[in-house]
Amino acid sequence: MSKKDIIICRCNEVTLEEIEALIDQGVTDIEMIKRILRVGMGPCQGRTCMPMIISILARKTGRKPDEIKLPATRTPVRPVPVGILVGEIDEE
Amino acid sequence: MKSRAEVVIIGGGSTGTSIAYHLAKMGVEDVVLLEKGYLGSGSTFRCASGIRAQFTDEANIKLQKYNIERWKKLSEELEYDINFKQTGYLFLATSEEEVETFKNNIKLQNKFGVPTRLITPEEAKEIVPPLNTDFVLAGAWNPTDGKACPFKAVFAFAKKAREMGVEIYEYTPVTGIIVENGEIRGVKTEKGTIKTNIVVNAANAWAPIINEMAGLDRELIPIKPYKHQLVKTEPIEPGQIEPLVCPPAYNDSYVLQDGEDGGVLCGTGLEYGPTYDMNPTYEFLREVLKWATTIIPALKYVHVIRQWAGFYAKTPDKNPAIGKINYIDGFYIAAGFSGHGFMMAPGVGEGIAELIVKGRVTKVPLDLEWYDPHRFERGELRSAAFQIG
Repeated sequence: MSKKDIIICRCNEVTLEEIEALIDQGVTDIEMIKRILRVGMGPCQGRTCMPMIISILARKTGRKPDEIKLPATRTPVRPVPVGILVGEIDEE
Repeated sequence: MKSRAEVVIIGGGSTGTSIAYHLAKMGVEDVVLLEKGYLGSGSTFRCASGIRAQFTDEANIKLQKYNIERWKKLSEELEYDINFKQTGYLFLATSEEEVETFKNNIKLQNKFGVPTRLITPEEAKEIVPPLNTDFVLAGAWNPTDGKACPFKAVFAFAKKAREMGVEIYEYTPVTGIIVENGEIRGVKTEKGTIKTNIVVNAANAWAPIINEMAGLDRELIPIKPYKHQLVKTEPIEPGQIEPLVCPPAYNDSYVLQDGEDGGVLCGTGLEYGPTYDMNPTYEFLREVLKWATTIIPALKYVHVIRQWAGFYAKTPDKNPAIGKINYIDGFYIAAGFSGHGFMMAPGVGEGIAELIVKGRVTKVPLDLEWYDPHRFERGELRSAAFQIG
């Protein structure tokens, strides 16, 4: 399977090829990779892609995965309808 | 790490990276930029991405009109798409009194070439289809205002600066400024000392700490960090809320679609501080969504996916401190942007570079008297810069 067909971030449809290309350009900080490609910034909040990105980054830079700090987790942990938060919708 | 530099910039946000780029472009070799975290981690990467010329005083209007011209050409100049879009800013008046204020602001903006105009609620609804116009009497609409991607802008400034020889050290906190006989001599960091005769304090919310390291009183240029927050929804259909929409009377609340993914960014004037705490609050989430759904009722059917906080580095008159600090030779500041640092970055970076290289600012309409960092100690406040969210 070609690297451009392998989706790493499903929320924002970012491929393995795009991630590797950015790392190859010298962008090896996960905070910048996240923001340039918008990986981990969709509805799943990085739960699917971040562990994979960390292992790609570790493999390509020779670091250990546990040396790579996860980007901040943002609230809400799961998507919440605005209507519930403003008290106009009781349940989804 | 380099042991010597012609200029050391402290702070790797939009302001610092823009200064670095412009210094290199003007031929300064040996520029070093120091950032305590990752680039943009202070305030730029937390901002709402808006860029406007709709200010209410001559200095800020002129600077921002110039900045919009810079933003328009920036992707081409930096050879990297920073996604600048002229999607406009739409301010909404909710009382007759406010309509009069808008008219006066528009007159001033028009005088300096910013094409803002007063529009009807019907016209506003054409621009923002899901807008609730029940409370709207009129709008102040400038279609040349816009938004850009803060991540890509900082990345692009830094990338181009590096290509031109600037050394950027991230995760390198400054621990001291060496001053001898009233002159800058060097900068100490956790990773070594750099000798230099010129330092630019571009640390924005952290600028008073840097000033203190140089032996100045923190209150000399009284910049204070106030926690502001944003909430982001899942992407909605493009073209629904492209401009930044703000009824100032509604607690300075605003909504706009993120130019990158089309999710809706929601802000409001609930702030905390002074504080360096960056934790988001549930109180804010409730408050901002109350206003956002008043402006755009259909938002109640979409999901919130993210919330985060950042600082408005506020001065007493909400105008930044830009220029030379007279007490120490070779010490410059561009900080205290009070929520406007990102939108001002291209022109401010160019202006500071001009000041360092030529000793004066000729090309950029940057009013150094207006932004004088010494105005506070003289008790000479400017009229407050128009601020929202």
